[in-house]
Amino acid sequence: MSPAAESPGRRALRRFLRHRLAMAGLVVIVLFVLVAALAPWIAPADPNATSWTAIRRPPSAAHWFGTDENGRDVLSRVIWGARASLMAGVIAVLSAVAIGVPIGLLAGLAGGWTDAIISRVADAMLSVPFLILAIALAAFLGPALENAMLAIAIAAAPVFVRLARGMALDAASTDWVEAARALGNPPWRIGAVHVAPNIVPALMVQATLSIAEAIIAEASLSFLGLGMQPPDPSWGSMLNSAQRFLVQAPWLAVFPGLAIFLVVLAFNLAGDGLRDALDPRGERR
Amino acid sequence: MKKTLAALAVGAALAAPLAPAPADAQHLRIALREDPDILDPTLARTYVGRIVFTAICDKLFDINERLEIVPQLATGHRWEDPRTLIVTLRDGVRFHDGERMDAAAVVHSLNRHLNLQGSFRRGEISIITAIEAVDPLTVRIRLSAPSAAFLSQLTDRAGMILSPRAADAAGRDFGLRPVCAGPFRFVERVAQSRIVVERFNDYWNRDAIHLERVTFLPIPDNNARIANLQSGAVEFGERMEPDHVEMVARNPRLRVVQVDELGYQGIQYNVNNGPRAQTPFGQNPRVREAFELAIDRAAINQVVYGGAYVPTAQAVPPANPFHIREFTPEPRNVARARQLLQQAGVQLPVRVELTVPNNQDLRQVGEVIQAMVREAGFDLRINAMEFASALQASQRGDFETFLLGWSGRVDPDGNIWAFVHSQGGQNDGRYSNPEVDRLLDAARTELDPERRRALYAQVWQISLRQDRHRMYLWHRRNIFIHSTRLSGYVPVPDGMIRFQGMRLN
Amino acid sequence: MGIWLLRRLGQVVPTLLILSFLIFGLQQLMPGDPALVLAGEERGNPEVLAQIRAELLLDRPLWEQYLHWLSRVVQGDFGFSWRIRMPVGELILEKLPVTFQLGAMAFVIAVVIGVPMGILSAVRRDRPADWMANGVALFGISVPNFWLGIMLMLLFSVELGWLPPSGYVPLTEDFWQSVATTIMPAFVLGTGVAAVLMRHTRAAMLHALSQDYVRTARAKGLRERVVVWKHALRNALIPVVTLGTIEFGRLLSGAVLTEHIFSIPGFGKLIVDAVFNRDYPVVQGVVLATALIFVLLSLVADILYMAINPRLRRA
Repeated sequence: MSPAAESPGRRALRRFLRHRLAMAGLVVIVLFVLVAALAPWIAPADPNATSWTAIRRPPSAAHWFGTDENGRDVLSRVIWGARASLMAGVIAVLSAVAIGVPIGLLAGLAGGWTDAIISRVADAMLSVPFLILAIALAAFLGPALENAMLAIAIAAAPVFVRLARGMALDAASTDWVEAARALGNPPWRIGAVHVAPNIVPALMVQATLSIAEAIIAEASLSFLGLGMQPPDPSWGSMLNSAQRFLVQAPWLAVFPGLAIFLVVLAFNLAGDGLRDALDPRGERR
Repeated sequence: MKKTLAALAVGAALAAPLAPAPADAQHLRIALREDPDILDPTLARTYVGRIVFTAICDKLFDINERLEIVPQLATGHRWEDPRTLIVTLRDGVRFHDGERMDAAAVVHSLNRHLNLQGSFRRGEISIITAIEAVDPLTVRIRLSAPSAAFLSQLTDRAGMILSPRAADAAGRDFGLRPVCAGPFRFVERVAQSRIVVERFNDYWNRDAIHLERVTFLPIPDNNARIANLQSGAVEFGERMEPDHVEMVARNPRLRVVQVDELGYQGIQYNVNNGPRAQTPFGQNPRVREAFELAIDRAAINQVVYGGAYVPTAQAVPPANPFHIREFTPEPRNVARARQLLQQAGVQLPVRVELTVPNNQDLRQVGEVIQAMVREAGFDLRINAMEFASALQASQRGDFETFLLGWSGRVDPDGNIWAFVHSQGGQNDGRYSNPEVDRLLDAARTELDPERRRALYAQVWQISLRQDRHRMYLWHRRNIFIHSTRLSGYVPVPDGMIRFQGMRLN
Repeated sequence: MGIWLLRRLGQVVPTLLILSFLIFGLQQLMPGDPALVLAGEERGNPEVLAQIRAELLLDRPLWEQYLHWLSRVVQGDFGFSWRIRMPVGELILEKLPVTFQLGAMAFVIAVVIGVPMGILSAVRRDRPADWMANGVALFGISVPNFWLGIMLMLLFSVELGWLPPSGYVPLTEDFWQSVATTIMPAFVLGTGVAAVLMRHTRAAMLHALSQDYVRTARAKGLRERVVVWKHALRNALIPVVTLGTIEFGRLLSGAVLTEHIFSIPGFGKLIVDAVFNRDYPVVQGVVLATALIFVLLSLVADILYMAINPRLRRA
């Protein structure tokens, strides 16, 4: 057990650092962020430079990840694509969490009509096809990465509403919340102090998983006229155009796919570690 | 993972005896690229629907592989005068419901095409002023003006003859159970899943039909369509991709058949439609000439389509008698393009937007063009758009340049007039030149092929080389892949599948 | 309980009403004139366009279109598809069983793979079994459906010839053939959901295992198996139920890509085609049906919450 004098913040940090897998995840994330930030300096070639004499070449010494259907260097495109994909994945999901969780907590704790209205709106939003939203937004906002992130966030928010609500309902029925309520604490305080910590594990899991969905969603959006427009790369759109050549040029799908896998894996590992660190009872056996 | 794999293996082992059973002896399964729309010749709009109609509904006339018009339900035609057409009909033809196909039925169908609410055929044959049954096997059609293209309309849906009894009984629901006089009768349709037809034993040309049953399966995914062919789950695939050709080249059980299409792909420029035409690009033909000179059609074709398509500078494909042989694409000339931009006195780089419908290969075309014109001093921005949105943007003039295709018609008028004439409904760039209008109208009514061809040559010279109102890129090819068990398939440029003579061995 | 259920069901009506409003509004915001799309290659003819608009009431004010549609829907008539002229109600009834079968199979696959894997990896935390389970699950969610779908198709249909590559046979027509046509798409869909369930089960189990009552149970000397199954798992299920019901709903409405690849004539494809073709009666009908599904699923979720946590019944 840690000494009683240690502050919660320090303890969290210490636990996190001890968690080797989480550290590994964090290192990978930092690496990807660095890659994205330093893309202009570390990419071996211009990601949009075409070469008609070298289309769909398999990986080689000159092009480690091969070349794509326009003779562009796949490695450089994966490096540059990290920018759009990390932004789409992380920022969109963070926004969805920021919108969805407070609303969900409110529904679960307030109950009654508030809950009924919020829940039914969430049901309604879940049943509006993402496509309709995306096409409408594309027309109004035009093709920009921020707009794609907005669309993804709006679409992902109801999941967090429902998740937070379900957990809040459960937590609210516990004795200590009953007690807090009896003492006259307002719902927001109960939510923030008593319920929120208990829903962290589920939220962390869902948020880190949603990153994968968001990265892939960005691709379908760029296809509809939201998000990155050609020739600028994102992992999702690279996967999209790889579809035509699954058999003839498998490396076109493998490398961006691998990049997505690594990022998702890293975020999940780091998320696990963060959750352990934040969980007040999470001292490991 | 082990568990997953094991589960998979068990599942697959259980399913082993369920692999696609060998088809009945004469059951042809055709993979379609899309699900057809309504199966009513009067109300139908899609290309893919026409493929199904080829099985169910015969037409007054047909076209052959040389694009010549040949009789089908008709036995012949003659012009009484330039505005009056006499069509003689085949004797002894029955509809699927046993009714007789005669002059009254033809009058009934043409009137339905003209008058049914929501008819898509009206525009094609609105030139008709009267239709009369002269005797049971002769029909007289009067036109409001001489027309070189009219007969060709009767080789498509406007020439399909419906059973009057069934059409009257079903009204607008005819398409749910079409009854015509084609080689196969409609059996069932499950939307987005399959359309089944079976041989019609009283078909007038029964001896030419060897297949007993045809099933049309919409399989929109390109990878899935080729996998279906490779695994033998279907025997025929239409509109396959150029990429598929190399994939099946060494497969002894599949054969590739290619034929030039009737249509084209090109870039439409906004020269006169609203504020977005008010750019140096939209206003100065020299800038557009530079743009065209910066593009190497053959190279794009090579990169994107493996060289499968036919580069062109005009709307009419080489197979068509009205194709102008001498009118060929100008070779790429970046130096000249730069020089033209200099002469035009525009600020470099010239910013242009290219609207591209969201479709994998067109997007790549956009990217290649983007890279090519950059060398000449253009900054091309690609605007990928969902198709329905793109259509509206195009009509409203909310575009600068637009990458688009046209499926094509047998008669050249169907590929040109609506796009180039100032009154044309699909001239979304609002190009307008009175001299070109005059030439197009003259070509429409000119019945002498030589003189008509000369008129089109002039249209191209003025509208393309002088005014540069649009740019034609290439004619695609219809690529069919079918099982080597199938014999007797004759490819025709319209991409239809004619079942006469086809047989599975 | 009975009154509570009735009240919940009563909420369906206003939900659908508001949603129908929303959908009509969104359709107005969407670019793309339905008449232009419907006219196909005849779109150059203004006469054709005017005729389509008149026939479909597109030339009327929006409120009039809405009331017209609503008055029909109240009588159970959802109109007909503009594109293929089939009644929308019939289309939905035709597609729903297909998607339900596919969704149910995918969900069973997901639960069978995901939940035990989640429990296993929580119990064997930080050991190879845990790492492996996490790796597989995260691969499952990262791998694009189209890639997995085509790879399965190439392996089991083209190379081995065991399964039909695509298409669909209804259960009522031929049970085994039906399973054979849906097993690959169900697996593709199931992998993603399995990953979600696995990760949530694992996290919730870890959380539950660290709670006081589990410690107490352990301290009382209860066998580990009893602790895991009776105490921890029960309390771990809340997020799993939430996500399970949402994911199941998504399987029914959002299996578009997989249905596209395997040419399954399902709900997801119906709606995507309808949106791209601006076939609004179909869009409206399908969205209402989807909303009904989601409302019912969230009802199911709430009932399950109560089954898991009896204290909630007081609410």
